[in-house]
Amino acid sequence: MNPATGDTAVLEISELDIALAGDKGPTQLVDRVGFSIPRGQAFGLVGESGCGKSITALAVMGLLRAPLMRSSGQIMLDGRNIAGASEAEMRKLRGRHVSMIFQEPMTALNPLQPIGRQIAEMFVLHEGATWKEADARAIEALRHVRVPAPERRARDYPHQLSGGMRQRVMIAIALACRPKLLVADEPTTALDVTVQAEIVELMATVCAAQGTAILMISHDLGLVARMCTEIAVMYAGRIVEQGTAGDLLRAPRHPYTQGLIGAVPRLGARAAGGRRKLAEIEGVVPAPASFPGGCRFHPRCSRATGVCHTDVPLAKPRPGGGVVCCHHDG
Amino acid sequence: MKMRANLWIGGGFFALAVTAALLAPVLATHDPVLGADLMRSEEPPGREFWFGSDTQGRDIWSRVVYGARISLTVGVVSQLINSVIGTVLGITAGYWGGWWDDLVSGLTNIMLAIPSLIFALAIMAILGPGLFSLLIALGLTNWTFTCRIARAQAMALKSQGYVQAAKVMGSGDLSIMLRELLPNMAGPLIVIATLGMGGSILAEAALSFLGLGIQPPFPSWGSMLSDARDNIRAVPWLAAFPGLAIFFTVLGLNLLGDGLRDILDPQSRSRLP
Repeated sequence: MNPATGDTAVLEISELDIALAGDKGPTQLVDRVGFSIPRGQAFGLVGESGCGKSITALAVMGLLRAPLMRSSGQIMLDGRNIAGASEAEMRKLRGRHVSMIFQEPMTALNPLQPIGRQIAEMFVLHEGATWKEADARAIEALRHVRVPAPERRARDYPHQLSGGMRQRVMIAIALACRPKLLVADEPTTALDVTVQAEIVELMATVCAAQGTAILMISHDLGLVARMCTEIAVMYAGRIVEQGTAGDLLRAPRHPYTQGLIGAVPRLGARAAGGRRKLAEIEGVVPAPASFPGGCRFHPRCSRATGVCHTDVPLAKPRPGGGVVCCHHDG
Repeated sequence: MKMRANLWIGGGFFALAVTAALLAPVLATHDPVLGADLMRSEEPPGREFWFGSDTQGRDIWSRVVYGARISLTVGVVSQLINSVIGTVLGITAGYWGGWWDDLVSGLTNIMLAIPSLIFALAIMAILGPGLFSLLIALGLTNWTFTCRIARAQAMALKSQGYVQAAKVMGSGDLSIMLRELLPNMAGPLIVIATLGMGGSILAEAALSFLGLGIQPPFPSWGSMLSDARDNIRAVPWLAAFPGLAIFFTVLGLNLLGDGLRDILDPQSRSRLP
């Protein structure tokens, strides 16, 4: 365990393999995934459903449970390897060093406790505060996530709040103890589009203000691009391209990334370019048990050649920084 | 705000029984045990004996009032033991799963296969008759229902978002069980407990009837009912008053449980502040 210096990454994942144990042997779900998140920065992990992004997040939280298992790889959280940490050790880290918000704010709050109490619990649990001072700090935390009239709202029960308000409360809980890393698993998917923007902006400003890094997991490239400095694109359990947000969006190198960006509908596109069908990527993500050999994207790729069927593309540096895993990138 | 009729009526009946138990020395007009007067046995309800007198000439009103002490103690205390055992076993089995769940489920199934009254009889036979043995015997035999409900609830609740969220925020198992699971399953457990109290009061009657419960001449509603069984046609008030006492107490407990469940679930409260 190194004493953390200013430059160490908050989260450093290397060569992470996650498998699903089954009757016919393990199925590899996440294959040699690696990335690192510098202190206080937002990192986006993007991909379609089933590409392994959420179980990567679970691994970071130490929440993989049988039949899911980490078969190899390291997860360094704030300079210490948590890959083999016991449940008791992980419990001390959760909430204090790393916390998480979920997709579904409607069910993530205890329906029988006022929301103020649920925030206050974090101060009591992790910082040994008395309930009285914790209650007062909970009101401050609500004010921090811009909940109007926090003194009154703190006494409300979850069912009295809208989805956006509940997600604000979740953010307040997750950030209560100023963790070093916030894992956000599709935090806005269940919300209205207008509320999505508010929540993302709120997460970004609050985290920036207290120096919390974000691991943002989403299938929404546009959303991720707005708040993250760096983005990794995952496909079928592997990272296919990684780079800074601006560069990745402006000049994607991997055909899958290009497809994803092409598939984002744009307001005014029809006016500018005439009536056109929205671009899509042919085919579907293969099931983990039947991942193709070589490059896993080759059955859906227009550039695929013989080498794509046989050789796994290795990571090579992108011109604009970052890496891309493709034999025919460009 | 709507009238919570069941809460008030149920609470009223139960409060009446509790008051009778607490104020028994004040309310009783005669000595419930020593006030026997064979010359005035089996008198119908009237001015002297409000609820009539029994075969030994004791005042039934006084005996019913004193009997509330024993019946309520048995009902409340033994059900409390049942609830604690059942909840602790059920919640841990449901939340942890694994071998502990197998063990608890196995034990529950074994307990369910033994008629609980027979099992209580066996315990009473070992401990000997008396109030304390009665509490232990009834407290150890009726926790299976609570246990099953608690286990099923824990299994259903542990995949809820807020339980996962509490885990992610660093809560320990004990804190999750006490703060997340228990309050959210309190409704059904309270309803079960009120039903169980009624059941315990009836089971006390059965055990007292068999001579293993409250020993004569001390009054309990159950033993009074048993004493009355020979003369129920000729002297109906012997059975009627302790019977009505049991009826209204158990009814009150059930209504009270219903009302409490409504209150404990904030979603049934008004949505507007």
